[in-house]
Amino acid sequence: MDFTRRDALILGAGAATAALLPVGVFAAAGDEEIAAFTGGADVSEGGVELTAPEIAENGNTVPVAVSAPGATAIMLLAMGNPSPRVATFNFGPLAGAQAASTRIRLAGTQEVVAIAKLADGSFARASSNVKVTIGGCGG
Amino acid sequence: MASGVKPRVKVPRTAAVGDVITIKTLISHKMESGQRKDKEGNIIPQSIINTFSCDFNGQNIMSVDLSGAVSTNPYFQFEATVPEAGDFTFTWNDDDGSVYTETKSVKIG
Amino acid sequence: MNNMTSKHAAVLATVAAMTLGAGVALAQGLVINGEVTLTNEAPAAAHLENLDKVYSGWNFRSIETQALQLDDFDNPGMIFVDQATDQWDVVEGGADESCASCHEGGPEEFAGLRVVLPRWNEDADALWSMEDYINNCRTERMQAEAWKWSESKMTAMTALIGLQSRGMPVNVAIDGPVADIWAQGKELYYTRVGQLDMSCSNCHEDNYDVMIRADHLSQGQTNGFPSYRLKNAKLNSIHGRFKGCMKNIRATPYAEGSDEFHALELYVASRGNGLSVEGTSVRN
Repeated sequence: MDFTRRDALILGAGAATAALLPVGVFAAAGDEEIAAFTGGADVSEGGVELTAPEIAENGNTVPVAVSAPGATAIMLLAMGNPSPRVATFNFGPLAGAQAASTRIRLAGTQEVVAIAKLADGSFARASSNVKVTIGGCGG
Repeated sequence: MASGVKPRVKVPRTAAVGDVITIKTLISHKMESGQRKDKEGNIIPQSIINTFSCDFNGQNIMSVDLSGAVSTNPYFQFEATVPEAGDFTFTWNDDDGSVYTETKSVKIG
Repeated sequence: MNNMTSKHAAVLATVAAMTLGAGVALAQGLVINGEVTLTNEAPAAAHLENLDKVYSGWNFRSIETQALQLDDFDNPGMIFVDQATDQWDVVEGGADESCASCHEGGPEEFAGLRVVLPRWNEDADALWSMEDYINNCRTERMQAEAWKWSESKMTAMTALIGLQSRGMPVNVAIDGPVADIWAQGKELYYTRVGQLDMSCSNCHEDNYDVMIRADHLSQGQTNGFPSYRLKNAKLNSIHGRFKGCMKNIRATPYAEGSDEFHALELYVASRGNGLSVEGTSVRN
Protein backbone atom coordinates (compact mmCIF):
# COMPACT_ATOMS: atom_id res chain seq x y z
CA MET A 1 0.00 0.00 0.00
CA ASP A 2 3.05 2.25 -0.25
CA PHE A 3 1.43 3.86 -3.20
CA THR A 4 0.60 7.45 -3.93
CA ARG A 5 -0.57 9.20 -7.03
CA ARG A 6 2.94 10.49 -7.52
CA ASP A 7 4.34 6.98 -7.25
CA ALA A 8 1.78 5.81 -9.74
CA LEU A 9 2.90 8.43 -12.23
CA ILE A 10 6.56 7.63 -11.72
CA LEU A 11 5.88 3.92 -12.01
CA GLY A 12 3.78 4.47 -15.08
CA ALA A 13 6.55 6.45 -16.73
CA GLY A 14 9.07 3.82 -15.68
CA ALA A 15 6.96 1.03 -17.05
CA ALA A 16 6.56 2.81 -20.35
CA THR A 17 10.30 3.31 -20.63
CA ALA A 18 10.94 -0.27 -19.57
CA ALA A 19 8.54 -1.52 -22.19
CA LEU A 20 10.37 0.41 -24.88
CA LEU A 21 13.96 -0.11 -23.92
CA PRO A 22 15.53 -2.48 -21.44
CA VAL A 23 13.39 -5.57 -22.06
CA GLY A 24 14.73 -5.70 -25.59
CA VAL A 25 18.25 -5.19 -24.27
CA PHE A 26 17.85 -7.96 -21.70
CA ALA A 27 16.31 -10.31 -24.24
CA ALA A 28 19.31 -9.78 -26.51
CA ALA A 29 21.58 -10.47 -23.54
CA GLY A 30 19.65 -13.69 -22.95
CA ASP A 31 20.06 -14.71 -26.57
CA GLU A 32 23.79 -14.09 -26.25
CA GLU A 33 23.97 -16.31 -23.16
CA ILE A 34 22.15 -19.03 -25.05
CA ALA A 35 24.46 -18.71 -28.04
CA ALA A 36 27.48 -18.95 -25.74
CA PHE A 37 26.04 -22.14 -24.22
CA THR A 38 25.11 -23.79 -27.51
CA GLY A 39 28.03 -22.49 -29.55
CA GLY A 40 25.44 -21.19 -31.98
CA ALA A 41 24.01 -24.65 -32.74
CA ASP A 42 20.35 -25.07 -33.62
CA VAL A 43 17.97 -25.43 -30.69
CA SER A 44 14.85 -27.53 -31.06
CA GLU A 45 11.68 -27.68 -28.97
CA GLY A 46 11.06 -30.83 -26.94
CA GLY A 47 13.40 -33.00 -24.90
CA VAL A 48 13.52 -30.64 -21.95
CA GLU A 49 10.82 -29.84 -19.46
CA LEU A 50 10.53 -26.66 -17.42
CA THR A 51 8.12 -26.39 -14.51
CA ALA A 52 7.39 -22.92 -13.16
CA PRO A 53 4.31 -21.32 -11.62
CA GLU A 54 2.02 -19.40 -13.95
CA ILE A 55 1.77 -16.72 -11.31
CA ALA A 56 4.53 -16.17 -8.77
CA GLU A 57 3.36 -14.75 -5.46
CA ASN A 58 6.72 -13.09 -4.93
CA GLY A 59 9.47 -12.58 -7.50
CA ASN A 60 12.07 -13.04 -4.78
CA THR A 61 11.54 -16.78 -4.46
CA VAL A 62 10.06 -18.54 -7.47
CA PRO A 63 10.26 -22.36 -7.44
CA VAL A 64 11.32 -23.85 -10.76
CA ALA A 65 12.24 -27.35 -11.91
CA VAL A 66 14.07 -28.54 -15.02
CA SER A 67 14.32 -32.03 -16.46
CA ALA A 68 15.89 -33.42 -19.63
CA PRO A 69 16.44 -37.19 -19.73
CA GLY A 70 19.99 -37.99 -20.83
CA ALA A 71 21.14 -34.37 -20.87
CA THR A 72 24.65 -33.46 -19.80
CA ALA A 73 23.70 -29.91 -18.83
CA ILE A 74 20.69 -27.62 -18.51
CA MET A 75 20.98 -23.86 -18.55
CA LEU A 76 18.24 -21.81 -16.89
CA LEU A 77 17.60 -18.21 -17.93
CA ALA A 78 15.28 -15.43 -16.88
CA MET A 79 15.05 -13.47 -20.11
CA GLY A 80 13.67 -10.30 -18.50
CA ASN A 81 16.19 -10.05 -15.65
CA PRO A 82 18.90 -7.39 -15.89
CA SER A 83 21.32 -10.31 -16.03
CA PRO A 84 19.49 -13.22 -17.68
CA ARG A 85 21.74 -16.09 -16.60
CA VAL A 86 20.25 -17.88 -13.59
CA ALA A 87 22.05 -21.21 -13.22
CA THR A 88 23.56 -24.05 -15.21
CA PHE A 89 23.13 -27.60 -13.97
CA ASN A 90 25.82 -30.08 -15.06
CA PHE A 91 24.99 -33.73 -14.54
CA GLY A 92 27.64 -36.29 -13.65
CA PRO A 93 27.77 -40.08 -14.04
CA LEU A 94 25.89 -40.71 -10.79
CA ALA A 95 22.98 -38.36 -11.47
CA GLY A 96 19.84 -40.38 -10.80
CA ALA A 97 17.97 -38.22 -13.27
CA GLN A 98 18.94 -35.22 -15.33
CA ALA A 99 16.61 -33.06 -13.32
CA ALA A 100 16.81 -30.44 -10.58
CA SER A 101 14.67 -27.96 -8.67
CA THR A 102 15.69 -24.61 -7.26
CA ARG A 103 14.28 -21.18 -6.32
CA ILE A 104 15.02 -18.12 -8.39
CA ARG A 105 14.56 -14.35 -8.53
CA LEU A 106 12.49 -12.77 -11.25
CA ALA A 107 12.63 -9.00 -11.67
CA GLY A 108 9.12 -8.95 -13.13
CA THR A 109 6.70 -10.81 -15.35
CA GLN A 110 8.80 -12.51 -18.01
CA GLU A 111 9.79 -15.60 -19.94
CA VAL A 112 11.86 -18.24 -18.14
CA VAL A 113 13.86 -20.47 -20.49
CA ALA A 114 15.64 -23.81 -20.09
CA ILE A 115 18.19 -24.95 -22.67
CA ALA A 116 19.37 -28.57 -22.42
CA LYS A 117 22.47 -30.06 -23.95
CA LEU A 118 21.23 -33.54 -24.80
CA ALA A 119 23.22 -36.78 -24.84
CA ASP A 120 23.72 -36.63 -28.62
CA GLY A 121 25.16 -33.12 -28.36
CA SER A 122 22.05 -31.42 -29.73
CA PHE A 123 20.20 -28.68 -27.86
CA ALA A 124 16.60 -28.42 -26.76
CA ARG A 125 14.59 -25.50 -25.41
CA ALA A 126 11.55 -25.07 -23.19
CA SER A 127 10.07 -21.84 -21.91
CA SER A 128 7.39 -20.66 -19.57
CA ASN A 129 5.86 -17.25 -19.00
CA VAL A 130 5.74 -16.39 -15.31
CA LYS A 131 3.61 -13.51 -14.08
CA VAL A 132 5.16 -11.84 -11.07
CA THR A 133 2.59 -10.10 -8.91
CA ILE A 134 2.93 -6.90 -6.94
CA GLY A 135 1.75 -7.22 -3.38
CA GLY A 136 -1.14 -5.20 -2.06
CA CYS A 137 0.83 -3.56 0.73
CA GLY A 138 4.03 -2.88 -1.13
CA GLY A 139 4.90 -6.53 -1.28
CA MET B 1 33.64 -15.94 5.28
CA ALA B 2 30.19 -14.46 4.94
CA SER B 3 28.48 -14.44 8.32
CA GLY B 4 25.84 -16.93 9.36
CA VAL B 5 26.38 -19.37 6.50
CA LYS B 6 25.04 -22.77 7.40
CA PRO B 7 24.56 -25.68 5.01
CA ARG B 8 21.77 -28.24 5.40
CA VAL B 9 21.45 -31.43 3.42
CA LYS B 10 18.88 -34.20 3.44
CA VAL B 11 19.93 -37.64 2.27
CA PRO B 12 18.43 -41.03 3.19
CA ARG B 13 20.65 -42.95 5.62
CA THR B 14 20.23 -46.24 3.81
CA ALA B 15 19.59 -47.33 0.23
CA ALA B 16 19.72 -50.48 -1.90
CA VAL B 17 22.46 -50.85 -4.51
CA GLY B 18 21.33 -49.04 -7.64
CA ASP B 19 18.63 -47.04 -5.88
CA VAL B 20 17.85 -43.57 -7.13
CA ILE B 21 17.43 -41.29 -4.14
CA THR B 22 16.30 -37.69 -3.74
CA ILE B 23 18.72 -35.22 -2.22
CA LYS B 24 17.83 -31.77 -0.95
CA THR B 25 20.29 -29.03 -0.03
CA LEU B 26 19.85 -25.59 1.45
CA ILE B 27 22.49 -23.12 2.55
CA SER B 28 21.91 -19.88 4.38
CA HIS B 29 23.41 -17.14 2.25
CA LYS B 30 22.18 -13.69 1.36
CA MET B 31 23.11 -14.07 -2.35
CA GLU B 32 23.79 -10.36 -2.84
CA SER B 33 22.94 -10.07 -6.51
CA GLY B 34 25.11 -7.13 -7.56
CA GLN B 35 21.92 -5.45 -8.82
CA ARG B 36 21.00 -3.59 -5.67
CA LYS B 37 22.05 -0.13 -4.56
CA ASP B 38 22.76 1.11 -1.05
CA LYS B 39 21.27 4.26 0.48
CA GLU B 40 23.91 6.44 -1.19
CA GLY B 41 23.04 5.00 -4.57
CA ASN B 42 26.20 2.93 -4.94
CA ILE B 43 25.91 -0.58 -6.36
CA ILE B 44 26.32 -3.20 -3.65
CA PRO B 45 28.93 -5.59 -5.11
CA GLN B 46 27.86 -9.12 -5.95
CA SER B 47 28.55 -11.65 -3.21
CA ILE B 48 27.06 -15.04 -3.94
CA ILE B 49 27.57 -18.77 -3.78
CA ASN B 50 28.92 -19.21 -7.32
CA THR B 51 29.18 -22.99 -7.59
CA PHE B 52 27.68 -25.99 -5.88
CA SER B 53 28.59 -29.62 -6.42
CA CYS B 54 27.60 -32.99 -5.06
CA ASP B 55 29.79 -36.07 -5.42
CA PHE B 56 29.60 -39.64 -4.20
CA ASN B 57 32.85 -41.53 -3.49
CA GLY B 58 34.62 -39.13 -5.82
CA GLN B 59 32.17 -39.42 -8.72
CA ASN B 60 30.07 -36.43 -9.67
CA ILE B 61 26.30 -36.34 -9.36
CA MET B 62 25.60 -32.73 -10.19
CA SER B 63 27.42 -29.41 -10.25
CA VAL B 64 25.72 -26.05 -10.61
CA ASP B 65 27.01 -22.66 -11.72
CA LEU B 66 24.94 -20.05 -9.93
CA SER B 67 24.28 -16.40 -10.68
CA GLY B 68 22.80 -13.63 -8.57
CA ALA B 69 19.35 -14.66 -9.79
CA VAL B 70 19.30 -17.69 -7.50
CA SER B 71 17.25 -16.79 -4.42
CA THR B 72 18.61 -16.00 -0.97
CA ASN B 73 19.36 -19.24 0.88
CA PRO B 74 19.99 -21.35 -2.27
CA TYR B 75 18.00 -24.56 -2.44
CA PHE B 76 18.50 -27.55 -4.72
CA GLN B 77 16.64 -30.80 -5.07
CA PHE B 78 18.02 -33.51 -7.36
CA GLU B 79 18.43 -37.25 -7.73
CA ALA B 80 21.42 -39.53 -7.28
CA THR B 81 22.14 -43.16 -8.05
CA VAL B 82 23.70 -45.07 -5.17
CA PRO B 83 26.09 -47.74 -6.55
CA GLU B 84 27.53 -48.78 -3.19
CA ALA B 85 27.89 -47.67 0.42
CA GLY B 86 29.89 -44.50 0.82
CA ASP B 87 29.92 -40.76 1.33
CA PHE B 88 28.17 -37.92 -0.36
CA THR B 89 30.19 -34.74 -0.31
CA PHE B 90 28.58 -31.36 -0.85
CA THR B 91 30.60 -28.26 -1.68
CA TRP B 92 29.52 -24.64 -1.96
CA ASN B 93 32.00 -22.01 -3.20
CA ASP B 94 31.50 -18.42 -2.10
CA ASP B 95 32.58 -15.36 -4.10
CA ASP B 96 34.64 -14.31 -1.07
CA GLY B 97 36.76 -17.45 -1.42
CA SER B 98 35.09 -19.39 1.38
CA VAL B 99 34.28 -23.04 0.77
CA TYR B 100 31.52 -24.72 2.73
CA THR B 101 31.36 -28.50 2.78
CA GLU B 102 29.12 -31.16 4.21
CA THR B 103 29.41 -34.97 4.14
CA LYS B 104 26.67 -37.56 4.51
CA SER B 105 27.16 -41.32 4.60
CA VAL B 106 24.76 -43.79 3.13
CA LYS B 107 24.67 -47.45 4.08
CA ILE B 108 23.45 -50.33 1.97
CA GLY B 109 20.57 -52.07 3.68
CA MET C 1 -14.40 -17.55 2.51
CA ASN C 2 -17.23 -19.68 1.20
CA ASN C 3 -14.98 -21.45 -1.21
CA MET C 4 -12.19 -22.02 1.21
CA THR C 5 -12.91 -25.64 1.92
CA SER C 6 -13.14 -26.85 -1.63
CA LYS C 7 -10.40 -24.55 -2.85
CA HIS C 8 -8.26 -25.64 0.04
CA ALA C 9 -8.81 -29.28 -0.76
CA ALA C 10 -7.85 -28.62 -4.36
CA VAL C 11 -4.68 -26.89 -3.26
CA LEU C 12 -3.73 -29.75 -1.02
CA ALA C 13 -4.48 -32.23 -3.73
CA THR C 14 -2.19 -30.37 -6.08
CA VAL C 15 0.57 -30.03 -3.53
CA ALA C 16 0.29 -33.68 -2.61
CA ALA C 17 0.31 -34.69 -6.25
CA MET C 18 3.43 -32.62 -6.85
CA THR C 19 5.18 -34.07 -3.85
CA LEU C 20 4.06 -37.64 -3.80
CA GLY C 21 2.84 -38.37 -7.29
CA ALA C 22 -0.69 -39.24 -8.28
CA GLY C 23 -2.76 -41.89 -6.60
CA VAL C 24 -1.68 -41.24 -3.03
CA ALA C 25 -4.47 -40.86 -0.49
CA LEU C 26 -4.79 -37.20 0.44
CA ALA C 27 -4.66 -35.89 3.95
CA GLN C 28 -6.90 -32.97 4.81
CA GLY C 29 -5.33 -29.97 6.44
CA LEU C 30 -1.92 -28.46 6.90
CA VAL C 31 0.35 -31.44 7.49
CA ILE C 32 4.07 -30.96 8.04
CA ASN C 33 6.51 -33.69 7.00
CA GLY C 34 3.49 -35.93 6.48
CA GLU C 35 3.33 -36.25 10.28
CA VAL C 36 2.32 -33.15 12.18
CA THR C 37 -1.23 -32.01 11.51
CA LEU C 38 -1.83 -28.34 12.21
CA THR C 39 -5.20 -26.76 12.81
CA ASN C 40 -5.42 -24.12 10.10
CA GLU C 41 -9.08 -23.29 10.56
CA ALA C 42 -11.01 -23.20 13.80
CA PRO C 43 -14.23 -21.81 15.23
CA ALA C 44 -13.75 -18.21 16.30
CA ALA C 45 -13.30 -17.63 20.02
CA ALA C 46 -16.36 -16.30 21.86
CA HIS C 47 -14.84 -12.84 22.20
CA LEU C 48 -14.69 -12.40 18.42
CA GLU C 49 -17.98 -10.68 17.60
CA ASN C 50 -17.44 -10.36 13.87
CA LEU C 51 -15.94 -13.67 12.77
CA ASP C 52 -17.34 -17.17 12.71
CA LYS C 53 -14.16 -18.96 11.80
CA VAL C 54 -10.49 -18.17 12.01
CA TYR C 55 -7.94 -19.20 9.40
CA SER C 56 -4.20 -19.52 9.34
CA GLY C 57 -2.44 -17.16 6.95
CA TRP C 58 -1.20 -20.32 5.21
CA ASN C 59 -4.66 -20.80 3.70
CA PHE C 60 -4.35 -17.53 1.79
CA ARG C 61 -1.03 -18.20 0.09
CA SER C 62 -0.35 -19.63 -3.33
CA ILE C 63 0.14 -23.36 -3.86
CA GLU C 64 3.87 -22.87 -4.27
CA THR C 65 4.22 -20.82 -1.09
CA GLN C 66 2.06 -23.28 0.85
CA ALA C 67 4.24 -26.15 -0.32
CA LEU C 68 7.32 -24.52 1.19
CA GLN C 69 5.88 -25.05 4.66
CA LEU C 70 4.82 -28.66 4.23
CA ASP C 71 8.31 -30.07 4.68
CA ASP C 72 10.78 -28.83 7.26
CA PHE C 73 13.61 -29.22 4.82
CA ASP C 74 11.90 -27.14 2.17
CA ASN C 75 11.04 -24.48 4.76
CA PRO C 76 13.83 -21.88 4.59
CA GLY C 77 12.87 -20.66 8.08
CA MET C 78 14.30 -23.85 9.49
CA ILE C 79 17.84 -22.69 8.68
CA PHE C 80 17.39 -20.14 11.40
CA VAL C 81 16.08 -22.77 13.80
CA ASP C 82 19.38 -24.61 13.16
CA GLN C 83 21.28 -21.42 13.87
CA ALA C 84 19.40 -20.95 17.13
CA THR C 85 20.14 -24.55 18.08
CA ASP C 86 23.84 -23.70 17.76
CA GLN C 87 23.32 -20.42 19.62
CA TRP C 88 21.67 -22.33 22.47
CA ASP C 89 25.09 -23.64 23.55
CA VAL C 90 27.03 -20.42 23.06
CA VAL C 91 28.42 -19.12 26.35
CA GLU C 92 28.14 -15.35 26.55
CA GLY C 93 28.19 -12.61 29.15
CA GLY C 94 29.64 -12.03 32.60
CA ALA C 95 28.04 -15.11 34.15
CA ASP C 96 29.83 -17.33 31.65
CA GLU C 97 26.64 -19.16 30.76
CA SER C 98 24.66 -20.28 27.74
CA CYS C 99 20.96 -21.10 27.43
CA ALA C 100 21.96 -24.72 28.00
CA SER C 101 23.61 -23.90 31.35
CA CYS C 102 20.22 -23.39 32.99
CA HIS C 103 17.86 -25.16 30.63
CA GLU C 104 19.40 -28.59 30.82
CA GLY C 105 16.41 -30.19 29.16
CA GLY C 106 17.14 -28.26 25.98
CA PRO C 107 14.66 -26.14 24.04
CA GLU C 108 12.17 -28.99 24.53
CA GLU C 109 11.66 -27.64 28.06
CA PHE C 110 9.60 -24.92 26.45
CA ALA C 111 6.97 -27.10 24.82
CA GLY C 112 3.69 -25.30 25.40
CA LEU C 113 5.17 -21.88 26.16
CA ARG C 114 4.50 -20.28 22.78
CA VAL C 115 0.76 -20.96 22.98
CA VAL C 116 0.24 -18.79 26.06
CA LEU C 117 2.41 -15.84 25.05
CA PRO C 118 2.21 -12.97 25.53
CA ARG C 119 1.20 -13.40 29.16
CA TRP C 120 1.21 -11.55 32.44
CA ASN C 121 4.49 -11.73 34.33
CA GLU C 122 3.74 -11.21 38.00
CA ASP C 123 7.34 -10.46 38.99
CA ALA C 124 7.79 -7.89 36.27
CA ASP C 125 4.27 -6.54 36.72
CA ALA C 126 3.95 -6.42 32.94
CA LEU C 127 2.76 -8.32 29.89
CA TRP C 128 5.70 -10.28 28.48
CA SER C 129 6.30 -11.57 24.99
CA MET C 130 8.79 -14.33 24.27
CA GLU C 131 11.37 -11.70 23.36
CA ASP C 132 11.08 -10.26 26.86
CA TYR C 133 11.72 -13.65 28.43
CA ILE C 134 14.73 -14.29 26.20
CA ASN C 135 16.26 -10.91 26.90
CA ASN C 136 15.63 -11.28 30.60
CA CYS C 137 17.62 -14.51 30.53
CA ARG C 138 20.37 -12.77 28.61
CA THR C 139 20.70 -9.68 30.78
CA GLU C 140 19.87 -11.10 34.24
CA ARG C 141 21.13 -14.66 34.16
CA MET C 142 23.85 -14.55 31.51
CA GLN C 143 24.79 -10.93 32.12
CA ALA C 144 25.02 -10.62 28.37
CA GLU C 145 23.73 -7.85 26.16
CA ALA C 146 20.07 -7.82 25.27
CA TRP C 147 19.21 -8.64 21.67
CA LYS C 148 17.23 -6.16 19.61
CA TRP C 149 13.59 -7.11 19.24
CA SER C 150 13.81 -8.24 15.62
CA GLU C 151 17.50 -8.96 15.11
CA SER C 152 18.27 -12.26 13.48
CA LYS C 153 19.50 -14.03 16.62
CA MET C 154 16.31 -13.05 18.41
CA THR C 155 13.91 -14.13 15.69
CA ALA C 156 15.85 -17.38 15.32
CA MET C 157 15.63 -18.10 19.05
CA THR C 158 11.90 -17.34 19.14
CA ALA C 159 11.53 -19.75 16.20
CA LEU C 160 13.40 -22.53 18.01
CA ILE C 161 11.38 -22.08 21.19
CA GLY C 162 8.12 -21.63 19.30
CA LEU C 163 8.74 -24.80 17.30
CA GLN C 164 8.54 -26.83 20.52
CA SER C 165 4.83 -25.95 20.64
CA ARG C 166 4.11 -26.76 17.02
CA GLY C 167 0.63 -28.20 16.62
CA MET C 168 -0.60 -26.97 19.98
CA PRO C 169 -3.51 -24.52 19.86
CA VAL C 170 -2.91 -20.87 20.64
CA ASN C 171 -4.48 -20.22 24.02
CA VAL C 172 -3.65 -16.79 25.41
CA ALA C 173 -5.48 -15.56 28.49
CA ILE C 174 -7.42 -12.33 28.05
CA ASP C 175 -8.84 -11.86 31.51
CA GLY C 176 -7.48 -11.24 35.01
CA PRO C 177 -4.43 -9.00 35.13
CA VAL C 178 -4.28 -8.60 31.35
CA ALA C 179 -7.93 -7.61 30.87
CA ASP C 180 -7.16 -3.90 30.56
CA ILE C 181 -4.19 -4.48 28.26
CA TRP C 182 -6.30 -6.75 26.06
CA ALA C 183 -8.96 -4.04 25.85
CA GLN C 184 -6.28 -1.55 24.87
CA GLY C 185 -5.07 -3.93 22.17
CA LYS C 186 -8.61 -4.31 20.89
CA GLU C 187 -9.00 -0.57 20.71
CA LEU C 188 -5.75 -0.27 18.75
CA TYR C 189 -6.97 -2.98 16.38
CA TYR C 190 -10.12 -1.07 15.52
CA THR C 191 -8.66 2.45 15.50
CA ARG C 192 -8.04 4.06 12.12
CA VAL C 193 -4.58 5.59 11.87
CA GLY C 194 -2.18 7.02 9.33
CA GLN C 195 -2.61 8.97 6.14
CA LEU C 196 -4.66 6.14 4.66
CA ASP C 197 -6.89 6.24 7.73
CA MET C 198 -7.10 2.50 8.13
CA SER C 199 -7.39 0.13 11.05
CA CYS C 200 -6.17 -3.44 11.28
CA SER C 201 -9.78 -4.53 11.00
CA ASN C 202 -10.34 -2.81 7.65
CA CYS C 203 -8.11 -5.34 5.92
CA HIS C 204 -7.95 -8.33 8.21
CA GLU C 205 -11.53 -8.52 9.43
CA ASP C 206 -13.71 -6.68 6.91
CA ASN C 207 -11.84 -7.76 3.80
CA TYR C 208 -9.90 -10.94 4.41
CA ASP C 209 -10.07 -13.37 1.47
CA VAL C 210 -10.26 -10.36 -0.86
CA MET C 211 -7.51 -9.47 -3.30
CA ILE C 212 -5.74 -6.19 -2.55
CA ARG C 213 -4.16 -5.66 -5.93
CA ALA C 214 -2.50 -9.03 -6.50
CA ASP C 215 -2.27 -9.98 -2.86
CA HIS C 216 -4.70 -12.26 -1.05
CA LEU C 217 -5.63 -10.62 2.27
CA SER C 218 -5.42 -12.90 5.29
CA GLN C 219 -6.95 -12.52 8.72
CA GLY C 220 -3.60 -11.28 9.99
CA GLN C 221 -3.22 -14.15 12.44
CA THR C 222 0.01 -14.44 14.40
CA ASN C 223 0.00 -18.19 15.11
CA GLY C 224 2.62 -18.79 12.41
CA PHE C 225 5.19 -16.31 13.69
CA PRO C 226 8.06 -15.86 13.51
CA SER C 227 7.38 -16.07 9.84
CA TYR C 228 9.83 -16.56 6.96
CA ARG C 229 8.71 -14.10 4.30
CA LEU C 230 9.64 -14.54 0.67
CA LYS C 231 9.65 -10.77 0.45
CA ASN C 232 12.69 -10.32 2.67
CA ALA C 233 13.98 -13.91 2.92
CA LYS C 234 14.30 -13.86 6.69
CA LEU C 235 12.33 -14.50 9.84
CA ASN C 236 9.96 -11.71 10.80
CA SER C 237 8.80 -10.98 14.34
CA ILE C 238 5.21 -10.16 15.22
CA HIS C 239 6.09 -6.61 16.25
CA GLY C 240 8.17 -6.22 13.09
CA ARG C 241 5.14 -7.20 11.03
CA PHE C 242 2.93 -4.74 12.91
CA LYS C 243 5.48 -2.05 12.16
CA GLY C 244 5.43 -2.98 8.45
CA CYS C 245 1.64 -2.82 8.37
CA MET C 246 1.62 0.60 10.01
CA LYS C 247 4.18 1.92 7.54
CA ASN C 248 2.05 0.59 4.69
CA ILE C 249 -0.94 2.60 5.84
CA ARG C 250 1.38 5.57 6.27
CA ALA C 251 1.07 5.75 10.01
CA THR C 252 3.95 6.36 12.39
CA PRO C 253 4.67 2.90 13.77
CA TYR C 254 4.95 2.24 17.47
CA ALA C 255 8.31 0.91 18.57
CA GLU C 256 8.96 -2.83 18.64
CA GLY C 257 8.65 -3.86 22.27
CA SER C 258 6.42 -0.87 23.09
CA ASP C 259 3.39 -1.15 25.38
CA GLU C 260 1.15 -0.57 22.36
CA PHE C 261 2.59 -3.47 20.38
CA HIS C 262 2.53 -5.71 23.44
CA ALA C 263 -1.18 -4.94 23.81
CA LEU C 264 -1.82 -5.44 20.12
CA GLU C 265 0.15 -8.70 20.14
CA LEU C 266 -2.04 -10.01 22.94
CA TYR C 267 -5.26 -8.97 21.25
CA VAL C 268 -4.29 -10.35 17.83
CA ALA C 269 -3.00 -13.58 19.41
CA SER C 270 -6.36 -13.97 21.15
CA ARG C 271 -8.11 -13.68 17.79
CA GLY C 272 -6.21 -16.80 16.81
CA ASN C 273 -7.00 -18.84 19.91
CA GLY C 274 -7.62 -22.34 18.63
CA LEU C 275 -5.28 -22.19 15.64
CA SER C 276 -2.09 -24.23 15.88
CA VAL C 277 1.25 -22.73 16.59
CA GLU C 278 3.05 -23.37 13.31
CA GLY C 279 6.60 -23.09 14.58
CA THR C 280 8.07 -21.27 11.65
CA SER C 281 5.64 -20.45 8.91
CA VAL C 282 6.36 -19.43 5.33
CA ARG C 283 4.47 -16.46 3.94
CA ASN C 284 4.62 -14.09 1.02
